[in-house]
Amino acid sequence: MTIEETEQEIIDEFELFDDWMQKYEHLIELGKSLPIIDTKYKTDDKLIKGCQAQVWLHSELKDGKVIYTADSDAIITKGMVALMVRVLSNHTPDEIINAKLDFIDKIGLKQHLSPTRSNGLVSMIKQMKMDALAYKVKRE
Amino acid sequence: MTALKAIDKTTINIEKIRADFPILSRKVNGKPLIYFDNGATAQKPQQVIDRIDHYYSYENANIHRGVHTLSRDITIGYENARAAIQKHLNAANPCEIIFTKGTTDAINLVASSFSKRFISKGDEIIVSVMEHHSNILPWQQVCEEKEAVLKVIPINDAGELVLDEYNKLLNEKTKIIAIAHVSNTLGTINPIKEIISAAHARNIPVLVDGAQAVPHLKVDVQELDCDFYCFSGHKVFGPTGIGVLYGKEKWLNQIPPYQVGGGTIKTVSFEKTEYADIPLKFEAGTPDIAGTLGLATAIDYINEIGLDAITTYEHELLVYATEKLQKLQGVKILGTAKEKAGVLSFIVEGIHPFDIGTILDQMGIAVRTGHHCTQPLVAYYRVPGTVRVSFAFYNTFEEINVFIKGLEKAIIMLK
Repeated sequence: MTIEETEQEIIDEFELFDDWMQKYEHLIELGKSLPIIDTKYKTDDKLIKGCQAQVWLHSELKDGKVIYTADSDAIITKGMVALMVRVLSNHTPDEIINAKLDFIDKIGLKQHLSPTRSNGLVSMIKQMKMDALAYKVKRE
Repeated sequence: MTALKAIDKTTINIEKIRADFPILSRKVNGKPLIYFDNGATAQKPQQVIDRIDHYYSYENANIHRGVHTLSRDITIGYENARAAIQKHLNAANPCEIIFTKGTTDAINLVASSFSKRFISKGDEIIVSVMEHHSNILPWQQVCEEKEAVLKVIPINDAGELVLDEYNKLLNEKTKIIAIAHVSNTLGTINPIKEIISAAHARNIPVLVDGAQAVPHLKVDVQELDCDFYCFSGHKVFGPTGIGVLYGKEKWLNQIPPYQVGGGTIKTVSFEKTEYADIPLKFEAGTPDIAGTLGLATAIDYINEIGLDAITTYEHELLVYATEKLQKLQGVKILGTAKEKAGVLSFIVEGIHPFDIGTILDQMGIAVRTGHHCTQPLVAYYRVPGTVRVSFAFYNTFEEINVFIKGLEKAIIMLK
């Protein structure tokens, strides 16, 4: 599945919800189901500091594709993290670098990307792309 | 918490008050706004909004400069605003009231100017664990520059200062004490008078950060005998960008200007500049004239309701909310001091404060979550942050009921 296809899948998934509560309940479930990051990667150098919620991000390159694992101490942030991992993980560095990621807006969770520094999400997306770029540069 | 006698409900006309605040009738995320983030900033009554509007519409001119009527009139308006603040704080003289950008600006002013004159290597400055970053960082910077030492008054688990430890910190090297009147995270009302008298016994001046006190309590700077007292306009229902530094005349006369420029001088030549007397010595450049007028109007507004009535009513809100919160399973209140004002901080076991704030926001309930710019304090309690509910006199018992129901729902969702 391409990045766009996964984004569309998520948009369709969220369209089933009538109200914000169902949407957040889903997000919380996604957060809970995110595979737990290996504790050896939950170190300070993997930490993306938000003003409130913290995010840990680890990536590695396997067969030319970037695999992300991540975690957060806040469950809603973790749900958002799970969505980002689902969309971006297992794609080539080029695909990741060029991803528009406008699904967040389309599922009505844009406020989580506001520059309030309150959660580490904006920084996390930036870091995901930076990692991809680093792999691309290393490969070339 | 000390139980105050039940208030005469007629002293607070809640419907009339709420009607004065346009924002309180708006909806957020489709729900009626419940604004419980007054510790961050308070909402503005129409009277304040109108005052600012009127100034820009019909009175705009620069102060202390022109001979023309507009300039003369607004200079009088500006100085009347100063006199209104003086009266409100019961300062001895209007020249002891300096207009600043806010509390942070006021503390920076004192830290910078006081240290230039009075702090040298090895001297000590005392703050407390519960200070807002704005009452830590300016002093930390002074300590770095001057090779002085920052000493910290500890707190007990209830969130009260340990006065015995404070008394032990005082010595001949102590040059100034900077302390919050009311904690922005815990709501603790500190025993400022005791702190000041112990300091004064050793001729040490005290700066009081009153940002969280002035909206809730009657403050009398002469009775407290504090040397400096500061607060922000926007937290007392006035505009942002304006604040107040009260300083005893004897101190303000002894410390040099903070920023210099237009308005701060008597005469200027390239050889020597003679600075103006206080307060103008500390008000460089064109000040926030509209802000001072709005602030004075906000102070009038508070006084019309009456601070005694406000304090009592808010205390009842606090007691009511505390009792309701305590009944919720897994909720732990941080800050259980005997004397509290305005603020209720809590954590819910196993749930990140950010998540609770996010869900409450969806319900139209505005609370603050995080460390509240008091990281050392939050670190003391070993939590990632708290959820903070902070009240103003326009909040209601019914809003607390809605909030409690919302919180219960959020906890179920997030568990």
